[in-house]
Amino acid sequence: MKFVSEYRDRNAAMEFSRLISEAATRGWNIMEVCGGQTHSILKYGIDQLLPEDLELIHGPGCPVCVTPVELVDQAVLIAGMEGVIFCSFGDMLRVPGSVSDLLGVRAAGGDVRMVYSPMDAVSIASANPERQVVFFAVGFETTAPVTAAAVLQARRLGLENFSMLVSHVLVPPAIEAVLSSPGCSVDGFLAAGHVCSVMGYEEYEPIASRYGVPIVVTGFEPLDILEGIHMCVRQLEGGTCKVENQYLRAVSRKGNTAAVDMIREVFTVTDRKWRGLGEIPGSGLQLRSGFRDLDAGLRFGVGHIQVEESGECISGEVLRGNRKPDQCPAFGGECTPEHPLGAPMVSSEGACSAYYRYRHVRKQDE
Amino acid sequence: MNELPIMECPIPISEYPAVTMAHGGGGRLMNSLIDRMMIRAFSNPLLNEKHDGAVFDHPGGKLAYATDSHVITPLFFPGGDIGTLSVYGTVNDLAMCGAMARWMSTGFILEEGLPMETLWRVVLSMAEAAVRTGVSIVTGDTKVVDRGKGDGIYINTSGIGTVLHGVSISPSRVREGDSVVLSGDIGRHGMAIMALREGIRLESPIRSDLAPLHLMVRDLLEAGLEVHCMRDLTRGGLASGLNEIAAGSGLSITMEEDSIPVREDVTGACELLGFDPLYVPNEGRFVVILPPEEAPGAVEILRGHSDGCDSAVIGSVTERSSSGVTMTSVIGSGRIVDMISGEQLPRIC
Repeated sequence: MKFVSEYRDRNAAMEFSRLISEAATRGWNIMEVCGGQTHSILKYGIDQLLPEDLELIHGPGCPVCVTPVELVDQAVLIAGMEGVIFCSFGDMLRVPGSVSDLLGVRAAGGDVRMVYSPMDAVSIASANPERQVVFFAVGFETTAPVTAAAVLQARRLGLENFSMLVSHVLVPPAIEAVLSSPGCSVDGFLAAGHVCSVMGYEEYEPIASRYGVPIVVTGFEPLDILEGIHMCVRQLEGGTCKVENQYLRAVSRKGNTAAVDMIREVFTVTDRKWRGLGEIPGSGLQLRSGFRDLDAGLRFGVGHIQVEESGECISGEVLRGNRKPDQCPAFGGECTPEHPLGAPMVSSEGACSAYYRYRHVRKQDE
Repeated sequence: MNELPIMECPIPISEYPAVTMAHGGGGRLMNSLIDRMMIRAFSNPLLNEKHDGAVFDHPGGKLAYATDSHVITPLFFPGGDIGTLSVYGTVNDLAMCGAMARWMSTGFILEEGLPMETLWRVVLSMAEAAVRTGVSIVTGDTKVVDRGKGDGIYINTSGIGTVLHGVSISPSRVREGDSVVLSGDIGRHGMAIMALREGIRLESPIRSDLAPLHLMVRDLLEAGLEVHCMRDLTRGGLASGLNEIAAGSGLSITMEEDSIPVREDVTGACELLGFDPLYVPNEGRFVVILPPEEAPGAVEILRGHSDGCDSAVIGSVTERSSSGVTMTSVIGSGRIVDMISGEQLPRIC
């Protein structure tokens, strides 16, 4: 398939593997920020092509994983209310709240619908004027423009029965949180190509120079990731700390300015709590005051709900890159995709789910 | 009369107080439901084989018995409809036991308000599928439920087939070194339905691979090939089918990712939604496990059928390792191919 198969070529992968081994004179810790990249690494076995002391550390870039438990609880409460149609991306349905998940609400009779785009939720609202339609807006900068477009579309249509629970988060503050956390051992970053296709990479330049780390904007196919690692290793070996762009076919320095403008029209930056990481200043998006009437947390009176995270799940350690999923005592035992303790085990971009799916040896099979 | 021992529900409320969609997804949750609840309650030697159907001795030869229920939205899709699916489903389950379907029952659950024209189209499809596969629909049942309590039509079929002479097919016959032959490209049925249901517009719609498998199976067996095991790759896809065989045989299976045929439009739709074609359902594909020296012959026979034209050897059976199914990825590294937990859900970005 064009634009896919050429980035999965075995010979080219072997060549990059050789180049990386030649370039690396010592061990390095490189964090891939995005959960989609983590899954590619595990699915294709990219780490098996790297020198032994080149460590890939999995970052916090899974929007489902970092959505705080109280937001899941708010979603569960709203979805269970009479007359509500609750729309969410498929990934969120299995994420455990403190009591239930959205699939549990659906099994108990709630009208929970899986959508592919926030625009689908707007269409559902338009077709069901007698029902309240709520969209669970989860995601990084990648999905924020579509959420913004849905808000504007709902406004244009004058829909009074549409609202959203917003949990959009931003990547650069999370990278800074990782870098400034005690004991951080990350030497360089692969930044998330899809996020940068929207936002560009200008905003990463101050981070690279302030913390002295190379950042390489990287795509998601095996060859993208191998090339990104190679570029990062070359910088580390050469002692530079620039922002470089591997994902040239999708990313420019300025990004998609029309999409960025739309985000700015609808949202404003706010402090946001991340599951496992705590509150990170300036790391979230919230509806601007002119759109606050679309805030489902306010509309349904659940926005004040605060919940403490359960202590059993070490997802914070995993999301900060301090522990690998299989270093968690609950991994594969108490915590499985059927009985998750935390979101990283069920999200399609979660590191724990990637390890379980592509690496884990199930005990009953032994 | 023998009394049943009093049994507590084997799936504690604390785990799953209610049935979820994932319990029907063909993955680990469904398997655990079957193992822990159904097999425990109904346990007997035929059921405990956990094959696609039950095979038993009968004066005059072995018989096979299988059943299949069909709930699908939309009722009509590119490449078939629920009627054809309901007949082929049972025909194929019987074929996987090495049997040719002979007699079939059908149970309809109809929703009040279903247009008679729609029902007629489905019934005609079933009649046509029955003729094509040489099966007689000999008994049936019809029930109607209130509007809103069904999805138009639900169909259950069950069938009895005659097992071809001298055939014995079961995961327990699988041997180390056996080859794994796949009958064609994977992922088409699931992605055809998904694309239609979710309104994903593609340049040309993906057609389901829905097909009867009995003639391909008959030709393999009549050629005298020593078929050890077969499995059709419906819910849970290729990955689940191979994991079931690995578990049933106590051996492992290893395959090469780039030997598995997947059409470009299916790859594209899967990429879009974040699906793995290994887990996407098929309705006209199966795997055959047989000695390696017989694999080329099997591929040749399958390729002689239009529904088997992409048939290929995709892997082999190895001694039991720590995981049931492993795969060499396109870039040459190794990974496990686990059974899916529940159902695949589309990703966010």
